[in-house]
Amino acid sequence: MAASTNAAGAAKRRRRFSLLTRRDKITLAVLIGVPAVIHVTLVWVPTICSILLSLTSWNGIGGLENIKYVGLDNYVNMATVYPPFWPALQHNLIWLVVFLFIATPIGIFMAVLLDKNIRGTRFYQSALFMPFVLSLAIIGFIWQLMYSPNEGFINTVLGRNTESNLISWLGDRNLNLWAVLVAASWRHIGYIMVIYLAGLKGVDSALREAAIIDGASETQTFLRVILPVLRPINIVVIVITIIESLRAFDIVYVINKGTNGLELLSVLVTQNILGQGSRIGFGSAIAVVLLLISLGPILLFLTRSYEEPA
Amino acid sequence: MTAVIPDRMARGEMVRRRRLRPKRIALYAFLIATALLWLFPILWAVYSSLRPYSETQQFGYVSIARSLTLDNYVNAWSEAQLPMRFLNTIIIVIPALAIVLLLASAIGYALSRFSFRFNLFLLMLFTAGNLLPPQVIITPLFRMYLALPLPAPLSDNGTWYDQYFGIMAIHVAFQLGFATFVLSNFMRTLPREITEAALVDGASVLRTFWQVILPLSRVPLAALSTLLFTWMYNDFYWALVLMRSGDKRPITSALNDLQSMFFTDFNLLAAGSVIVALPTLIVYLLLQRHFVRGLTLGSTTG
Repeated sequence: MAASTNAAGAAKRRRRFSLLTRRDKITLAVLIGVPAVIHVTLVWVPTICSILLSLTSWNGIGGLENIKYVGLDNYVNMATVYPPFWPALQHNLIWLVVFLFIATPIGIFMAVLLDKNIRGTRFYQSALFMPFVLSLAIIGFIWQLMYSPNEGFINTVLGRNTESNLISWLGDRNLNLWAVLVAASWRHIGYIMVIYLAGLKGVDSALREAAIIDGASETQTFLRVILPVLRPINIVVIVITIIESLRAFDIVYVINKGTNGLELLSVLVTQNILGQGSRIGFGSAIAVVLLLISLGPILLFLTRSYEEPA
Repeated sequence: MTAVIPDRMARGEMVRRRRLRPKRIALYAFLIATALLWLFPILWAVYSSLRPYSETQQFGYVSIARSLTLDNYVNAWSEAQLPMRFLNTIIIVIPALAIVLLLASAIGYALSRFSFRFNLFLLMLFTAGNLLPPQVIITPLFRMYLALPLPAPLSDNGTWYDQYFGIMAIHVAFQLGFATFVLSNFMRTLPREITEAALVDGASVLRTFWQVILPLSRVPLAALSTLLFTWMYNDFYWALVLMRSGDKRPITSALNDLQSMFFTDFNLLAAGSVIVALPTLIVYLLLQRHFVRGLTLGSTTG
């Protein structure tokens, strides 16, 4: 049985490839090989190296012979004697929770509203989506004009811009993460809105009509009928939200280099390269933590995209 | 039967619309308020950028403008050496964009039109690679860039570090993930007969790619170009870590160097921000449809 399917498979393959000359096969090898080598060399080889280096100590000085295997020491040190680690992890989790439970639902809500035969819907969509085309670095710049203690818009309007009663939105370590999250959500909400709106447009309108005729309210229709149908889009939105939260870097770095309440895992990795004493193994260990967290959404996305190959 | 259903649906719609009138007004009010709230930070930056420094010092930023000026733009443009930084961006982004689109089309074509055993594996690798946070790979990449040799016209120090080429290369490698995902999904939807007919007629694989598949892929290619241009233009991270010379950094990464200069003069900050944001805003306003299509191609197919 197995042999016969094998043979059939081989025959099928032969038939399919009979059209290809030897030159065609070389062409195909190049068309696949060049991009694959570039991608693997610059993305996956470093990923593997991050994992391997995280088990070593190396300060980057001297050749590779100075690399020493230290087992899980870096991870132990990270968790026990490296003060910024837990705050950074906590900030990443806060970022994730705010994106997942506030910004993303708002984006979905706006998409649902804009899906209702709105006059001038293009204008609202354009306005909401506009921040998405800005980098988080420039968003950090633009929001300085909002948040600056003495001259910013918010404090002036609140009347809190005199030396005695300043609110330091970006300087106060209990406030600045939330202030940054407002600016980051400003961008994220439009992103989610656009993706979700495209999903909603693909929903068969008969489905909605049927639910309404059956007496379901608008909220019920959305929660019980539309949301389940949009499962593929829901997964994309969740994956994007988690990945964006883990990638957060630019905005905190332009504001204060990711210190004083704005520590993030991505910042710690970078500090170990750009900082004074570069600790390659240690920086890699933090990167591996980031990798482990991102494996969840990555695997989720892969199973969604490739579970039933078309 | 077929005439009855639309009729009933239309009537239902009409009834609902009449009943929801006040609700509808509330909806529009809410949407307008949200849209204005969303545009406000950008409009505020534009407004602040047009006001003379002396005036905002005297009356504060939240005040009616007595005079408007373009001086802040002139100053930001020259003091922050923005032309040089824009040029750096162009040197990196334009070739990187062309190379990504070419390579992603090539591998997308080969993987979607021909069956190999490793097809699925490769596609998964590209898709997963596109989702990794850059910080996962940066430490070894940084060491690689210091160690990898690169000959003279491409590098002035013999390595990949601190070179336009290096930044271009990592953009190409990283963005290949998303572009391949989108293009291979799209090409899979093209009828198989098209390429097979071309091959039966004696066209080579390369010719089929160039003259049949690429022209058919204009729509996703246009969508991808707008999206990838924006992402590469907006990239802050790669050139921050993989370059040392401030005068080689592209515009977005240069914001890190300009921070101390801009954060003391808010009119200058506003003008500089508007200038840096302008290229992507223009691309967006002109090609909005392509943008949205690119994102939806990346999320709905597959």
